[in-house]
Order: sequence, then structure tokens, then C-alpha cells
Amino acid sequence: MSNVLAVLEQRDGTLRKVSLEVVTGARRLADALGGTVDALVLASGPVQGADQAAACGADTITTATHAGFARYSPEGSARVIAERARSGGYGAVVLAATATGKDLAPRVAARLGAAFASEVTGMGVEGGTVIATRPVLAGKAQLKVKVTGTPVVVSLRPNVFTPVQNPKAGAAQSVAVPGDAGRVVVQEIKAAPAGSLDVAEAAIVVSGGRGLKEPANFALIEKLVQAFGGRAALGASRAVVDAGWRPHGDQVGQTGKTVSPSLYIAVGISGAIQHLAGMRTAKCIVAINKDKDAPIFKVADYGIVGDLFEIVPKLTEEIGKLHG
Amino acid sequence: MKIAVCIKRVADSETRAKVAADGKSLDEAGVKFILNPYDEFAVEEALKRKEAAGTGEVVVIAVGAASSQETIRTALAMGADRGVLLQADAGTADPLAVARVLAAELKDGGYDLILFGKMAIDDYHQAIGPMTAQLLDLPCVTAITTLTIAGTTGTAEREIEGGVEVVTFPLPAVLTADKGLNEPRYPALKGIMAAKKKPLEVKPVQLAATGGAGLEVLAMSLPPDRKEGRIVGEGAAAVAELVRLLREEAKVL
Repeated sequence: MSNVLAVLEQRDGTLRKVSLEVVTGARRLADALGGTVDALVLASGPVQGADQAAACGADTITTATHAGFARYSPEGSARVIAERARSGGYGAVVLAATATGKDLAPRVAARLGAAFASEVTGMGVEGGTVIATRPVLAGKAQLKVKVTGTPVVVSLRPNVFTPVQNPKAGAAQSVAVPGDAGRVVVQEIKAAPAGSLDVAEAAIVVSGGRGLKEPANFALIEKLVQAFGGRAALGASRAVVDAGWRPHGDQVGQTGKTVSPSLYIAVGISGAIQHLAGMRTAKCIVAINKDKDAPIFKVADYGIVGDLFEIVPKLTEEIGKLHG
Repeated sequence: MKIAVCIKRVADSETRAKVAADGKSLDEAGVKFILNPYDEFAVEEALKRKEAAGTGEVVVIAVGAASSQETIRTALAMGADRGVLLQADAGTADPLAVARVLAAELKDGGYDLILFGKMAIDDYHQAIGPMTAQLLDLPCVTAITTLTIAGTTGTAEREIEGGVEVVTFPLPAVLTADKGLNEPRYPALKGIMAAKKKPLEVKPVQLAATGGAGLEVLAMSLPPDRKEGRIVGEGAAAVAELVRLLREEAKVL
């Protein structure tokens, strides 16, 4: 029997949705290991929505508070989580592979001397040992790995572990954390423009490539993104990021972000192998390209061949009608 | 300013994945190997810092087989001063095992900055930088896109979902570089010639897991092929049918 520690995330005092995926993954692991799920969230005060973790299977929910935890505190967080993992005798620590989780999980693992599997897309237990699936080469291949030792640390790729209702008691408590928050301090968060979604988290991604001919034409893509009414994010191919048309944060592909939205629309993107690696796990792929032989059509569920400057505005209009 | 840059030899991003006969690793036949693209940003940043200071040393360190010497030479051709290969003939899937040998090498090096790429584009761990920092008990900021240093205080920015964190930290520190930090230079012919004469020390290491904890690869597999899609039509006239299919067939709208 072995219990699982689920590490939740908050921003501005509100639980982040991805945390319910963490609880769902942790619950699955705990059921296989025959243990409980204890959720832990670090904050400067009460966290709105933390109680939702109970609905997805958290037996207990602990808010560890420290004045330095209003924003992400890398060193303080790693210390608190590792101490708790050790003192609680947990079999596994589960985090999300978000910007925060990617920074935090390896620190926790190193503190614990624990095996660490990142960006996990599948998890199970065989003979008491955690077996995880994780993509490598940007998803061109995947590894099945045995994660040995106690505890193990795993980070879950966002958008993979769909939250499942599995209500547990979720007994809530709050504990004040003593000590220093650490040497690395997040002084401020510069927010992206209101309403803009990160390409790695959006349910719908519309990406533009060199077929747009010049940077100003990305306005066409932006309009299509807006037509989806706050559910979509804008992405870009490496070619246009390298050309300076779009910021690097928009890049989808092996040297950019790997995305798994329910709908991916590739506009004027030929589909270089390193781009396909970053988006091939999308549920549905649409390609719009003037070249009917472009490799993007090989992975697309639906394609339209033709002039994107005619097709995209028409698509924007049709989507706008649905969401109008 | 004395700066270490930890680098890795990886399969080029245009590589088509094929599973090797052991069923656990990439078939390397015909694969081109390169300096990990994110490590190029780390090397560039180190060179810029040294050039701005007018003095200092940039040391590149790789963990890997003898073939990694070629990768170290690439970084030396960009302008790094010397290289160290921590030569491990047997690789490992375990990031902490790699971080341990790096930490042992870096521990008494007297470095002001230790730079990594934010991740290797092959194993996708995104872990070895912060793990090494933890083992050395050094401050660490990951996936940085800007860096300014004033005295012994650094300020870096890193992207998070929907925003950018502005982070301060004291030196010495470990930083991992994201795309956007700088524009890596290409090695000039002169640099390539000079790199051949720069010192490259080879030290044998063992990448052993300790205390029974570790990652072991059981199998590598390729994702299932996507089923062949279809061309809905040509031009703007096909849009209405596309939207219908997205709603009624794919059910994603």
C-alpha cells in the first residue's frame, strides 16, 4: 500500500484547472497502489476552488501557506513538497508538466534522490512498480519506462488526463509553513493581453506559416482565433518564428511547444517533420494550403486546397456565425 | 566571469524516428547528430557575457559517448575556450544520474554561471539543469528568455501560461536557456580551425542509479499513424462543408 501526493497549482489565489488533471492521475495511481490521494497546494492564503480536488478523488486537501508563496517560489516550494513527501512516506508525487511544474518537479526529485519521469501521458502499476509512458523526440516516439524507488516523482502532460469525477472526502486543512521562501524570487508576472490563451493549453489552436507571405497577414489568423470566442490560441511554424514574424512562444514543433488540442488548424504550413512532431497528437487536424502535395495533408483529417487569403476569411465568418 | 555550459549531442530535429533492434532506443542508422538547439542559446549567452566582460572563460561540458567530442568541438568553434567530456559508454534514461556526474564535475569549478539549454530535444526531460542546481545547492531559473546581470544579482524572464515571470536571483547560479534568449552565432571557418587546437579533456564516468531509484526504459514505440484524412474541397467554396464535418463528424466545434 502506498499513498500519493498530488501537487496542485494556484495563480492569484485560484486553483488552476490543470490541477484537477493531476488529482485524476494521482487517483488512478493511488487506486492501483491501494492508497490515498493527499492534495497539496502552496499559497499565501486560502485557495479558491481547492475544494474541487475532492470531486476528482482527493482524500485530503492541504493548503501550505507562506507569505512568499503568493507567486511561484521555486526553492521554498521544492523544500516544502520534498519534506512532506518524505515525512508522509508517499509512494509517488504527482505534478503537472506546466511552466511551473517543469521547473519544480526536477528540484523535488533531486531533493528526494527520486526517480523522475516527466511529461507522462500514461501511467500504470505493474508488480507494485510505477510504469509510465512518456513521449520523446517531440512525440515522434514514446518510451515505456519503469520508475523505480520510493517515492517516485512524475509530471503529467497537460490536456491528457481528462478530469474524472470520483468524489472523496477531501478533508481540508491549512498549515503555515515556517522558514525562508528561497533565493529565487518571482518579482512580478507580466500578464499576456487579456483573454489570450497559451498555445499549449488551448482547446483549439490556429497556426500560421510561411504561406501567409508577410507578418501583417497574421491578422487573418488572429481574427479566426477570436471567432472561436476565447477557446482558441494562435500558433506559428518555426519558419515564421525564425524569420521574426511571431514571438518564439507561439512556435509549435520539436524546438517549440508540443500541443494536443481537440482542433488544430494549420494555415499555410507545409508540414516539416519537426512541426508535425509538435501537433500530431491533436484530436482533429485541419490543413489549409495551396499545395495539394504538402506533407501537412498526410496528417490532416480534413484539408482544403486553395488560396488561404480567400478560405480563412470565409472560415472566420462561418465560425463567427456559430459563436455569434 | 567563469561560465560553464552543459551541452548534449542529439538527433537532428528532421530525423524520422525508427526503433532500433533492441526495441528500446532510436535506430541511429543514417541519423545526423547535432548540438542540441537549446544548448546553442546557452553557449551564445556564455560567449556574449564573456565578451561583454572582456575577460573570463567559457567551459563546455558534455556527458556522453566518445562521439560527443564532435559536439563539444562545435561549441568550441562558436568560441568556447575549452571542453570537458564526461565519457560514459553506457547511456542512461535517468536524468538524476546525469545530473550527479555533472554536479560532481562542476562542484569545485568556481563558476559564476552554469548554463544549460532548457531541454534536450531527444529525451525531453527538461530536468537536468534544475536537478544539477539542486545537487549543488545553487539558485536556478529555468527556461529564461531574457537575462540581465548587475554585480552579483541577476534578473531573468521566463514564460508561463498566459504571462511572463520576472525573476531575480543571486550569483553564482544555474540558468536554462529558452529560444528567444539570443541569436546563436554560426561557427566561422576561423573558429572551426581554432577549435581543433583547443583543449578537450576526457574523463570517464559511470552513470549509475543510486539507492535503487531510477528510470529504466522497457520499450520504445512509434505512435500510431494518423488515419488518412481527406481533401474536403478546393477554395472558399469548401468551407461550409468543412464546418459541417467539424461539427457533425469530428464533433470538435
